[in-house]
Amino acid sequence: MKKYSGFSLFKHSLSHHENWQAAWRSPQPKKQYDVIIVGGGGHGLATAYYLAKVHGITNVAVLEKGYLGGGNTARNTTIVRSNYLWDEASKLYDHSLDLWKDLSQDLNYNVMFSQRGVLNLGHNLQDMRDIERRVNANRLNGIDGVVLNTAEVKEIVPVINDSQDIRYPVLGASWQATGGVARHDAVAWGFARGADSFGVDLIQQCEVTDIITEDGAVVGVQTTQGFIGSKKVACVTAGNSGVMAAMVGLRLPIESRPLQALVSEPVKPIIDTVVMSNAVHAYVSQSDKGDLVIGAGTDSYNGYGQRGSFHIVEHTLSAICELFPMFSRVRMNRAWGGVVDTCPDACPIISKTNINGLYFNCGWGTGGFKATPGSGHVFAHTLAHDEAHPFAAPFSLDRFNTGHLIDEHGAAGVAH
Amino acid sequence: MHHIYCPYCEETREEEEYSYTGEAHIERPKDPAAITDEAWGDYLFFRSNPRGIHHEMWYHAAGCRRYFNVTRNTQSYEIHETYKMGKLPTVTAKTIAADTLAAQQGDAS
Repeated sequence: MKKYSGFSLFKHSLSHHENWQAAWRSPQPKKQYDVIIVGGGGHGLATAYYLAKVHGITNVAVLEKGYLGGGNTARNTTIVRSNYLWDEASKLYDHSLDLWKDLSQDLNYNVMFSQRGVLNLGHNLQDMRDIERRVNANRLNGIDGVVLNTAEVKEIVPVINDSQDIRYPVLGASWQATGGVARHDAVAWGFARGADSFGVDLIQQCEVTDIITEDGAVVGVQTTQGFIGSKKVACVTAGNSGVMAAMVGLRLPIESRPLQALVSEPVKPIIDTVVMSNAVHAYVSQSDKGDLVIGAGTDSYNGYGQRGSFHIVEHTLSAICELFPMFSRVRMNRAWGGVVDTCPDACPIISKTNINGLYFNCGWGTGGFKATPGSGHVFAHTLAHDEAHPFAAPFSLDRFNTGHLIDEHGAAGVAH
Repeated sequence: MHHIYCPYCEETREEEEYSYTGEAHIERPKDPAAITDEAWGDYLFFRSNPRGIHHEMWYHAAGCRRYFNVTRNTQSYEIHETYKMGKLPTVTAKTIAADTLAAQQGDAS
């Protein structure tokens, strides 16, 4: 792998940028691998990268049915934060936030991580009590956070409607200054390039059609490019995890639903942070290109169509227009949906299964992007040692049978 | 936006009148205290979540306020049937597979 640098940029400018090395190879699948990762999204690619880098396991294939980073990695609203309520979740997400800070240097790829701060708005007395509780819990866990009142919110986001005479007035917010956004595609591409440089095979257009087991242990996968053998198969398949589990007769505590987002036409810089509101279910930030990036809620029903219902968008935009009246005249350019794997407790599953060598990293639901590096890092440990990383241990599949749920629903900043 | 036929009101109404309440035909264990934690967890949380034919419950919140069942395709969003509580579906993944096969054989002959 040739290192990217200012000098290389200058050098290639002399040949009109026509001779850059491909960021990764496009190999043919081998017959046998030490580990097969199903799903070439951010989490799968991060898993492959840390398997190779931290644990020295490089005989690894990432199988992707479409193209790398073409699923939820490309469809989210790129928010990164770690202000979760419970100890287990805050450890996991803060671990991820730590990795984000050096990720561009580590990958030698600019993921455009921008710590521009995240506001979670409160609209009634109970919201504000929950926010105070959560910020206090965050601070005890070493995660930065402050509670702001309406005037302080207005100072950070001058365009917000601070009138107390609206349906959902802004009474205050929690503020995590270390939160922010990152460039989602670059995260997938950076991890892909990094994993490839260690010798990991990234195989696109290769759909897994069956998981083959013998005597309760995995022996490989059947794919559209033939059988590929491996004693360890790791499914990092987000919305399709239920379909993967059904191949071996497993059921998961997951329901797949469409989640929508939309972007506006590019406008001049107007909002330099991330504003989220759970109560009215809307969140907005502005990309470097100038688009307002807006996230909506999930549809209430199971669905694998990568599109959402119009009335969900309508609810979100009416909330956005109340919070930011000046946005009412901005035109929306594109809207899309992704299939998110929602868990009953809104926390992920990073777990072994009762089939030897079969692992799942799924259930991230509406909020997986922020966890991409941390998820890959702890899951790689789980795969390498066949034993959960300490941060991943509470997120095992058997918590749904023991009752040790980590109930982040509504308690944390939730949703994303 | 789904248009859903309520088998009790006998009317087709817009999705916003209804609430989705999850997978259908999951029976509550008769004696919860007598079963294992595994079985209780499976009943509470584990779902089939198929890509394709799904039997699910909807609640007519802004209508008769009754629960009923819907057979819906989670990929195409086509609603195949709605039926009252306590009834069994007439359209399932199996019947659709059989119909498709029959149609293909019909084409071939």
